[in-house]
Amino acid sequence: MFRDAALVAGKDLRIEARSRVATNQVAPFAVLVLVLFAFALDPDRGVLTTAAAGLFWVAVLFSSLLAVQRSFAVESADSARDGLRLSGLDPAGIFLGKASAVAAQLLALEVVLGIGIVTFYDTRLHGAALLLVTCLVATIGLAAAGTVYGILAAGLRVRETLLPLLVLPAVAPVLLAATRAWQVALGQSADDGWRWVQLLGVFAVVYVAFGVLAFGPLLEES
Amino acid sequence: MTRRATNILGVVAIAMVATTIGLGLSLPRTVEQHEYSRLIAIHPPLAWVSYVSFGVTALASAFYLWPRTRSRYWDLLAGASAEISAVFTALTLITGSIWGRPTWGVWWVWDARLTLTALMLALLLGYLALRRVPGDVGARGKRSAAVALASAMVIPIDHFAVDWWTTLHQDSSIERAKDTLGGPFVAAMLVGFVAFTVFYAGLLVLRFRVEQLEDRFESDGLDQALAARRAEAFPRREPEVVG
Repeated sequence: MFRDAALVAGKDLRIEARSRVATNQVAPFAVLVLVLFAFALDPDRGVLTTAAAGLFWVAVLFSSLLAVQRSFAVESADSARDGLRLSGLDPAGIFLGKASAVAAQLLALEVVLGIGIVTFYDTRLHGAALLLVTCLVATIGLAAAGTVYGILAAGLRVRETLLPLLVLPAVAPVLLAATRAWQVALGQSADDGWRWVQLLGVFAVVYVAFGVLAFGPLLEES
Repeated sequence: MTRRATNILGVVAIAMVATTIGLGLSLPRTVEQHEYSRLIAIHPPLAWVSYVSFGVTALASAFYLWPRTRSRYWDLLAGASAEISAVFTALTLITGSIWGRPTWGVWWVWDARLTLTALMLALLLGYLALRRVPGDVGARGKRSAAVALASAMVIPIDHFAVDWWTTLHQDSSIERAKDTLGGPFVAAMLVGFVAFTVFYAGLLVLRFRVEQLEDRFESDGLDQALAARRAEAFPRREPEVVG
């Protein structure tokens, strides 16, 4: 299963490295979202600094939609999905591979967005451990949930409009918990940040388990 | 369920809801909330039905996904219950908002239960949108059952998330009503719980039956079209009358 996952993840990341869609389109889009938030809120940095954690995670959420859509768009050309089905790879491995490729892209994107909020919103990053662990666990959850809904919507004609409607309400707890944890790390809240990380962990475990179990039948039906 | 039984269920459901409304309107004004406290007869029961119907959708979806119990009926039941759930969730939010305005001073507060209910409505709308996508019935059934189950699993996480986030909503309507409002209010609310549950059962049976008929219409329609094409391709020769 893990060997298959590594194969699929390697394939997806190689496609991204060669096509440069993630670097040339998704990353600029995410930074653009940060800039648009600055236009929508106040030029006064106070508001932006206070809201930095939330805005960061909203930008990550939007970008994760693009990453998931892209991850399944590469499978739709030349009936690559049929190829995956017939490849004899373990469906759970395919799921883990696709989700890890999305997670790797999102983590790279989070570094860019982190630099973005430091420069644009004048945010001082503290609590490195909490920040990093939150990023890691939240990203696993986002990638797993995104991949589950990605395969659900993959074969449908209305996938572009349906995917956000399915994913965004489902990942709402990630946005909430990751934002709270970051606020604690940034010193803006006296809450217990690690409690939120635990919640993110439960979310990630639920969706990874669901994906491992359900990806096979869903791939067959897509 | 026979047609007669369905009709009886429908009439009983409507009569019970009418009784609830009558009881609710006859409740006395309270000092704190004036006319609005009467909403207790319908708001908590609506919320209850929205949760029950969501639970039925999740359960029916689980039965559909389990190969041993897979049957088209579970898929239809899940869909029928989800539609009713969406309506009742929306009604819960609307009546809650109407009640919240005089009590909290605003139409909407980011309180745990409201947020959870709003998220539930969003999940349901996504599920219903997925169900409406045309395509193979079996594939659609599995896809929507998977989404229903995933949504049901996310609800407890949502619950904790929004609960920790902030909370303003009263703990339990029954406890609170008993302490602060008194007997008639509790009675009206309890009648409301039973009435709306029966009403839900009636709606579920009707919606399920409509879905079954739609299903039959689609498959019969296909059969008829096939028969018509076949008749065109192989016209039956009428025997010539020799006179």
